[in-house]
Amino acid sequence: MSVGGVTGQQVQPARRRPSNRRRVLREMRKQWTAYLFLSPVLLLFLVFTFFSVGYAFYLSFHKWNILEPHKPFVGFDNYARLLDDDRFRQAVLNTIYYTAASVPLTIALGLLVALLLNNQIRGRGFFRTLYYLPVITPLVIASIIWKWVYNGDYGLANYYLLKLHVINEPLLWLADKNLAMPSVIITSVWKGVGFAMVVYLAGLQSIPEEYYDAAKIDGATGWRRLRDITIPLLSSTTLFLLVISILGSFQVFTQIFIMTNGGPLGRTRTIVWYIYTTAFKDYNMGYAAAMAFALFAMMLGFTLLQLRFLRREVDY
Amino acid sequence: MAVVTREHETQQAAEAQGAAIRRRQRANEVAQKFVIYLLLAAGAVIFIAPFVWMVTASLQDVGDMFRWPPSWIPRNPSFDNYTEFFKQERIGRYFFNSAFVALTVTSLQLFTSSLAAYTFAKRRFPGRDLLFIITLGTLMIPGQVTLIPNYVILKNIPFFGGNDAFGSGGHGWLDSYWGLIVPQGASAFGIFLLRQYMKSIPDDLLDAARVDGGTEFRIYAEVVMPLCRPALAALGIFTFTYVWDDFFWPLVIISSEELRTLPLGLALFVVRNRTVWDLLMAGSVITTVPVLLVFLFFQRHFIRGIAVTGMK
Repeated sequence: MSVGGVTGQQVQPARRRPSNRRRVLREMRKQWTAYLFLSPVLLLFLVFTFFSVGYAFYLSFHKWNILEPHKPFVGFDNYARLLDDDRFRQAVLNTIYYTAASVPLTIALGLLVALLLNNQIRGRGFFRTLYYLPVITPLVIASIIWKWVYNGDYGLANYYLLKLHVINEPLLWLADKNLAMPSVIITSVWKGVGFAMVVYLAGLQSIPEEYYDAAKIDGATGWRRLRDITIPLLSSTTLFLLVISILGSFQVFTQIFIMTNGGPLGRTRTIVWYIYTTAFKDYNMGYAAAMAFALFAMMLGFTLLQLRFLRREVDY
Repeated sequence: MAVVTREHETQQAAEAQGAAIRRRQRANEVAQKFVIYLLLAAGAVIFIAPFVWMVTASLQDVGDMFRWPPSWIPRNPSFDNYTEFFKQERIGRYFFNSAFVALTVTSLQLFTSSLAAYTFAKRRFPGRDLLFIITLGTLMIPGQVTLIPNYVILKNIPFFGGNDAFGSGGHGWLDSYWGLIVPQGASAFGIFLLRQYMKSIPDDLLDAARVDGGTEFRIYAEVVMPLCRPALAALGIFTFTYVWDDFFWPLVIISSEELRTLPLGLALFVVRNRTVWDLLMAGSVITTVPVLLVFLFFQRHFIRGIAVTGMK
């Protein structure tokens, strides 16, 4: 057994002279348990992440059906097909629609609730728990409950909206081609506000009280304090939430699968829903792999874009 | 709300000689608080209404469920839906599967992640930084990219599920506990979280143990792990709820009924029986209760965990 800490100090000089290969090897032998400790995770990552990505790349260049023995190489055909595929284009647009609506709404409402809770009020913990409950609820269950809420004949949404005279006749919600996606978005917002709220509460607590005292002396109103102090100082929290939420909503699937299954008229088909059906219903795994890479590229692009545009404002 | 208002009023009365401006300011504050409570309460009602309705619906007859106006308190509460659900679906089995998979994956992840985190945080060896960067790099890759190849990899695991030594002939780890558990055995997020935490443990403590002749594994198990309890709790809760809720992976790899997890079983139940709402609501309550309990018991860890990761 090695006695790591004492010998560990000697690694530094060995590192500074990388030419001394024998020394590195001896050090590796001495520290062999370190590699042993890492081996379970490295093995799993090697197989299920690195080999897997390479294999996905391989698949995306083949007409690859798991049921057929013949899996010919097709070059860039799968990627070229993406550009012509109307259903894929629709899935991309639907996903963007979903993201563009659900992410800002969730973050804005999360900030609002956090600001309200950040006052000296009773029952803070109680309210925080209530708003956090939807986050705890399994997504499958949330989708089932909301599917009932949207029920055209007996749903809660229709009943209360009719009663409040917001609408004059029952809506079809999930069966209406224009309302289906907004309905799914409302469910996702309901599910996500609690998370944004908790993250914002943590962010709010890190703003020093003195800033507000100074602003009060200067006679800044509540709204100006919010606009000029709170929101700018929360920008790194907002950036974090934006990146996480956008990446999450690009991958929306469960709500769609349970509430609409892509319908009506394909209005709620999203990219991941389309990947799933292409790979596991049509068994067209080569094409689905190409789609997955397109999604990956979109996610990577968006993340880099956001970091670039928002970095400037985050330097506090 | 009323209590707060009254308190402020009595305070105001006590300071009758106070300046009019100050009084108006305080009245403003009271009004402000009233608005805050009103907004919070209104929002909270909307947020928990679907929950309350789920519980109510699960306790009443399907006829009462379809009643307008909706009844928020069950007329004839009974557990019939629950017993019926247990009869119709193999819910006990689903429940066992969910619990078994979630607990196994959580223990496995805590073990592998803490071992790796300790190595990255407290040991020096050639290639450490490179291996750590590689580990973090896996966080960049979305699950959809690895989904399809992992399905094929599982199908071709040799010697399992009727496969020969070359991994063909059977279904491998598809449709098995192995497939549900093993690919989720390592977590880069967990390694990162625990490593950050372990870095704050003073090296002197470990060196002392090393001088006493402790092996690396004993130092990890007997010195470092007890000090990491809060971080391990936070990670454990995250992992448990994540795996418990997971729907996509079981949907893809599980085909036989006796291996379905609760979310998968319920989702397929929705797809097959579009109208059996009373039983569905009972099933939904059963699926939600475990994660709810975990959350309520460990709430502080939960919130802290989010705060810790959220601030990164």
